[in-house]
Amino acid sequence: MKADKFWSWLVFGLGAAYFLVPLIATFEFSLKMRRGYYSFDAYASVFADPDFQATFLYSSLVGLLAIVVGVLVVVPAVYFVRLRLPHLRPLMEFITLLPLIIPAIVLVYGYIRLYNSSSVIPFTGSALGTDILLTCAYVTLALPYMYRAVDTGMRAIDIKTLTEAAQIMGADTPRIIATVILPNILVAVLSGAFLTFAIVIGEFTITSLLNRPGFGPYLQIVGANRAYEPSALAILSFIITWGAMGMIQLLARFAPRTSARTD
Amino acid sequence: MSDQHFLRVDNLSKSYGANQVVKGVSFGFDKGEFISLLGPSGCGKTTILRMIAGFETPNGGAIHVDGKDITGLRPNERKLGMVFQAYALFPNLTVGDNIAFGLKVAGVPREQRRARVDEMLKLIGLPGYDKRYPYEMSGGQQQRVALARAIAPRPRLLLLDEPLSALDAKIRVSLREQIRAIQRELGITTVFVTHDQEEALSISDRVVVMNAGNIEQLGTPHDIYNRPATRFAATFVGHLNALPHATFGADRAIRPELISLSPRPDTDTTLVGTVSDIGFMGSVLRLKVDVEGTPLSIDTFNANAAPPQRGDQVTLHLAARDVLVLGAA
Repeated sequence: MKADKFWSWLVFGLGAAYFLVPLIATFEFSLKMRRGYYSFDAYASVFADPDFQATFLYSSLVGLLAIVVGVLVVVPAVYFVRLRLPHLRPLMEFITLLPLIIPAIVLVYGYIRLYNSSSVIPFTGSALGTDILLTCAYVTLALPYMYRAVDTGMRAIDIKTLTEAAQIMGADTPRIIATVILPNILVAVLSGAFLTFAIVIGEFTITSLLNRPGFGPYLQIVGANRAYEPSALAILSFIITWGAMGMIQLLARFAPRTSARTD
Repeated sequence: MSDQHFLRVDNLSKSYGANQVVKGVSFGFDKGEFISLLGPSGCGKTTILRMIAGFETPNGGAIHVDGKDITGLRPNERKLGMVFQAYALFPNLTVGDNIAFGLKVAGVPREQRRARVDEMLKLIGLPGYDKRYPYEMSGGQQQRVALARAIAPRPRLLLLDEPLSALDAKIRVSLREQIRAIQRELGITTVFVTHDQEEALSISDRVVVMNAGNIEQLGTPHDIYNRPATRFAATFVGHLNALPHATFGADRAIRPELISLSPRPDTDTTLVGTVSDIGFMGSVLRLKVDVEGTPLSIDTFNANAAPPQRGDQVTLHLAARDVLVLGAA
């Protein structure tokens, strides 16, 4: 091994250790529920908990809703800005970055002030209303990722010419978005969807302060009251997130192939 | 301009801010004609095509197709077909679905769509390709599919926006011949935009030569080449030699192939010069001859005989009636 490679590997190893050691330690701890030897008892205990199932299901459901709403909002917005209002792109970039800059706690206090049960639009007055508000909050939180995924997808195809080709053949705008644009950026949209899911599934601040039975608050409750289960849950959360990331990688293979040839 | 023209453009103009790119252009063409808009980039030819398609809104003027004013219609209401420089096939659809797109939008039943797709594939010489995807095909094949897609819904007008510019030279020539053959077979009125004068001359019934937002000349390829109306038309289309002032007067010019090294029955003028360069281009030999300090290009067919050498003194023969008088315009 050459010296320069040695140093490269050393830096890589240190970096990897920084991330892996806590993870391995957590995993190792999660296996120690039974005294004296390793077991998956902590995981069994987690899966057997009805609250785990209920909160996980709830967060998954709201996550799916957030994905659907996010796609319906972001795809047409990016399409029209790219096609007709390209000078607004810097503004779009800025607005979609705001959720990363403004803490979730600020967002949720804003919601509570604006939509409390004695306001004009009392979203928080009912469970359903609060669920709608939570979905909107998740869409906002995922906006930076969804926007960037969709924007990158649209950059890869020539939306202007494809739109014109469809228009001249008689297609109207909803049809163009549904049959020409969306299928060609599907991989990008799904990447955005998985990122949204990964964010939503463990979200704590907003879910907790809106007092909804989400997976994030459940993690916190278990973390405060149990010894081994939180480690098991941490590992499970990682697996879910990695699963979502892995799906994005897998999907990238199905991205539309370029057909720009001169022969 | 008479009313019976199938495609009529009246006093069409378009500005982007202070920059007027189309300056009150008018023309009319008959059903079934193949028309080229020819000019350098920025001359307004593409803008005119895009206004006919409905992608740009004119600042003034009107466009009529088949007697109906389409100026205010949206692109999807105009019933036109268009082929783009970048092919613009839908990458997610098969060749068959691409060609059927316009038919599907128009609500044509599945069986009829399939029959029309087969008919189109046969027409463009790609039968059995309906299950392929665009990325599996060469550029020339993709552009033929794009042509089939444009004409499948039987549009009133076919618009071709530099459809050959992205292709290699050989494919370009064969595809343009194919486009012309298909256009003749279907009798579809076609507007072709190009900056390539050879393309425009070889393919068109009539050519509109444009420069800086105005029409310089409108006529058959033969007219435009042999009787250019303006200085721009004369110099943009084909090569042109400016003749020496002393012998011919100001603003006299001649095409390189109308000067010969030996007398022809119609030649009545001779010039003496020195060969300064020889370009061998296969079928054609291009000589540069210096006459009284004026360089002239002469094209002669390649004959299997010894060509003149550099420094040779040659006598040039030309006919006075071939000399073009360039207008002030």
